[in-house]
Amino acid sequence: MSQRIGYYPGCSGAGTSMEYDASTRAVCARLGLALQEVPDWSCCGSTPAHTVDHVLSAALSARNLELAAEAGLETVTTPCPSCLANLRVAGHKMEKEGFRNQVKALLETECASLATVKSTLQVLLEDVGPEAVKAKVVRPLSKLRVACYYGCIMNRPPEVMQFDDPEHPMSMDTLLEACGAEVLPFPLKVECCGAAAGMPRKDIVTELSGRLLDVAAGMGVDAIVTACPLCQMNLDLRQGQVNSARGTSHAIPVFYFTQLMGLAMGLSSSEMGISKLAVDPKPCLEQAGVL
Amino acid sequence: MKTISLQKPDVQFIREVRERSGQEPSHCYQCGNCTAGCPYNFAYDIPVSRIMRLLQLGRREEILQSKSLWLCATCQSCTTRCPNRIDVARVMDVLRHMAREAGYATERNVKAFGDAFLESVEKHGRVYEVGILATYVRKTGRFWTDVELAPRMLPKGKLSLKPHTIQGAEHIARIFRRYRGEPDPVAKNGGEKK
Ligand code: SF4
Ligand code: SF4
Repeated sequence: MSQRIGYYPGCSGAGTSMEYDASTRAVCARLGLALQEVPDWSCCGSTPAHTVDHVLSAALSARNLELAAEAGLETVTTPCPSCLANLRVAGHKMEKEGFRNQVKALLETECASLATVKSTLQVLLEDVGPEAVKAKVVRPLSKLRVACYYGCIMNRPPEVMQFDDPEHPMSMDTLLEACGAEVLPFPLKVECCGAAAGMPRKDIVTELSGRLLDVAAGMGVDAIVTACPLCQMNLDLRQGQVNSARGTSHAIPVFYFTQLMGLAMGLSSSEMGISKLAVDPKPCLEQAGVL
Repeated sequence: MKTISLQKPDVQFIREVRERSGQEPSHCYQCGNCTAGCPYNFAYDIPVSRIMRLLQLGRREEILQSKSLWLCATCQSCTTRCPNRIDVARVMDVLRHMAREAGYATERNVKAFGDAFLESVEKHGRVYEVGILATYVRKTGRFWTDVELAPRMLPKGKLSLKPHTIQGAEHIARIFRRYRGEPDPVAKNGGEKK
């Protein structure tokens, strides 16, 4: 299989979640997916854009969908749920002609064709599939007990996302199981971690992320597995802040699902950016025999 | 328990929210599903189902001055669970637009952070984290409360000290100018589109 698919890393992929970007590219390459970066992609505006104006937000997203289509990429994949939500909502709303015309006026382009967008999770599950993943595993994660945490917007709202179950998604569980991990049923898999409130309202993030860490710890997991740069940052980088705000002493490693998939498929820990994580993941990976 | 009086609904306000959100507020029958699942409820001054009720009653000022509008994370829990298929998160988004236009910002730091983010996008075409922090500190007068995180990120190379400016940055800047209705300096860029 050598399927060419557009790739939209999102701004955090070039900075705070560079290990997600690197591991996504490497895992896709190993699975025969040829990713081609959307030429000169720009920021989708993230949450701030749609909280200011829906047309502005859609214009920032549509620029990328148009550039992708012009480069001959019918489908674009992004690992970031926030980018995914913006790009998909833009495409969805632009099906209405009145809205589309307003976006065109801001963009000064025709928007004659726009690429469609899928999460990298969806592409790995549907276009590659768990059997093909399993076939590439050389170091099964059989001693690893994990909780898969999807975050709030990867699969919601269902009318727009049209993938997996909006209340009880299983795609990441399935892929990690294909890599040999023991995936425990995590009841808070779509609860919000506090999202972008970190800087202006840290109290909200420590409360919401704190609940997630408490429940995962109570289940006895070795690690939490995420698919979102913001979730990963709140749970991992801010784990110390959570501990001091709530009087806990969690030390749970928080991986991107692509990092664990890569390790299982024999990619090196430096390729997977394991040293970029804040909570030391070494003991957990050593015990699992993948380091 | 607080009750809501049925005096003087602002009918124009209800109509405007209906048009801008494409949602029908009167479909809400106050089941409370949205509030039950709202992860931010503990930080809200008005729960989301109560905002829907106030909206039905056209209580413009109470709603636009609510802190909840600024705290809503658009997590889509309410939208996903509403039995009447109301896109509640979209209603919250539209209410925040209207609060902004009316000059309210009851969670000032949340607004400052969003503004700093968008300024960065307008300038470079992509987000430049360190630039956002600088703008945020300038706008709020608050030194970055996350300063303890920097030593954990810098050695890992996660905070770029240079902006990632793209070729199409001028196109992005034009999108923002057009959005604000500012005149386009077309002559200067020679009609170049992207
Ligand atoms: S879930 Fe829907 S119907 Fe129920 S209270 Fe909320 S908005 Fe109203
Ligand atoms: S979208 Fe906003 S109002 Fe709705 S449940 Fe999430 S935080 Fe609450």
